[in-house]
Amino acid sequence: MRRALTAAQALVTVLMSLFLLVPTLMSMAAGVTDNYFRGWRSGFTLRWLAQVWDLYSDAIFLSLRIAVVTLLIVLVLGVPAAYALSRSGRRLARLVEGLLVLPVAVPGLASALGLLVVYGGVTAFRVSWWFIVVGHVIFTLPFMVRSVAAVCRSQDLKTLEEGAASLGAGFAQRFASVVLPNIRSGILAGALTVVTLSIGEFNLTWMLHTPLTKTLPVGLADAYASMRLEVGSAYTLVFFVMIVPLLVWMQTIGRHEKGAVR
Amino acid sequence: MRDAIFPARRRWLFLAPALTVFAAFWLLPMAALVGVSAEQRGASYAAMVASPRYLRSLLATLGLSLGVTLATVVLSTVAGLFLERRRFAGRELLIAVLTLPLAFPGVVVGFMIIMLAGRQGLIGTLTQALLGERSVFAYSLTGLFLGYLYFSIPRVILTVMAAAEKLDPRLEEAARSLGAGSWAVVRDVLLPALRPALIASASMCFATSIGAFGTAFTLATDVDVLPMTIYNEFTLNANMTMAAALSVVLGLVTWGVLALSQWLGGEAAGAAA
Repeated sequence: MRRALTAAQALVTVLMSLFLLVPTLMSMAAGVTDNYFRGWRSGFTLRWLAQVWDLYSDAIFLSLRIAVVTLLIVLVLGVPAAYALSRSGRRLARLVEGLLVLPVAVPGLASALGLLVVYGGVTAFRVSWWFIVVGHVIFTLPFMVRSVAAVCRSQDLKTLEEGAASLGAGFAQRFASVVLPNIRSGILAGALTVVTLSIGEFNLTWMLHTPLTKTLPVGLADAYASMRLEVGSAYTLVFFVMIVPLLVWMQTIGRHEKGAVR
Repeated sequence: MRDAIFPARRRWLFLAPALTVFAAFWLLPMAALVGVSAEQRGASYAAMVASPRYLRSLLATLGLSLGVTLATVVLSTVAGLFLERRRFAGRELLIAVLTLPLAFPGVVVGFMIIMLAGRQGLIGTLTQALLGERSVFAYSLTGLFLGYLYFSIPRVILTVMAAAEKLDPRLEEAARSLGAGSWAVVRDVLLPALRPALIASASMCFATSIGAFGTAFTLATDVDVLPMTIYNEFTLNANMTMAAALSVVLGLVTWGVLALSQWLGGEAAGAAA
């Protein structure tokens, strides 16, 4: 009975991973197949990737630029906020964190419509890529705050800072040489999350973009709707190549953290 | 709280930039959205209740999300417990595969379903070869269900595994030594211990499904889920008031589900959501 149960569990697990894995492998293969309808025998080609590069390299670079700028802004806003929250009273910290996480809880479509209602008339802002950056900052900020605040709370920064203060270090010096180095694992984890989310963000971006500010996922939607399957696949392959290393990196540091705690 | 090293006034100074940006680019827009939705003395809300189209869209979205949540939680609990409690060759690989789609945007998930069940999809090719008839269902309710399942599984599995890791194996041993069978152990020991994590992940999964836009957009389905209805009102009908009203309802439902689960599950749910 127990063996049968275990076998059933294993079967469910394997089927689930196949459900997730098989289409990704198929799409990666389709991106480098000459004619997907005729199958592998039609031959290997880089033609579709070249076409993706011609059509969408602007979108890919814009996404990278937006991700970097979003990250910088989120660092400047989020790290001090998280540090302050970790030292505030529990009630206040919960309230503020609960507020900041609202843009994640509420669907991106709603947040984007709100932005359009208020700032849609400010044309110079509306048509620039900063409009997208604003959406991404609001959406990714809570992830940075939560990641950094958790690390701040897991350490006794106050005692360390008292030590530094007793040796004559001022606030700025303590922040730079005691606080930041001690919370860098939280900052790194938060930063990886922010970049990954920003590069893949679609729900807000689709509403905020203009024909001149297309991002990578906006281009993907465009390719899926209007290009042949091979082009969509090749573009997806490019996306995987960008996003998978970030994800693997994220999971590795997650595992190290766990190991360190044990 | 007294903190001479990091006094309250400086703490507020550190919080201020984040709170200002949040107020300017989220709170204010949301307030404006609520304002727009209530224009013409709330005619849009009245239309929502009166018109079968909007009600049908709302019910379809809720039903689909509920179904996806149930399926995801059951499947992910089975797989998550298996992966956390056993050590075998290839376990790391399975975990990696099951959590990889975490970073896929909804549009990519939609495309994965097209690869499986679209016109040139795997299932179509297989059914053609075996039954002589091409089965294509990516663009139907079934396709949408599979898409939502696809992006829900990784999140829920991670939560289940994290919770299962903290289980005390002695409880299970005690139950077994007292003569409990496998099923009784699952029902009386494992599931109650996992309850907070299951509530948290179910509500997260439900809220994500209700608001999912990219997947429905890519599959361009004929099923009218709420985010697509909002999008169509906004772009095709240029009916901002209706789009705003539907968004407010959508936002309230997702927020309500998450708040309810925090209230039910206490600390644990809040940490995971």
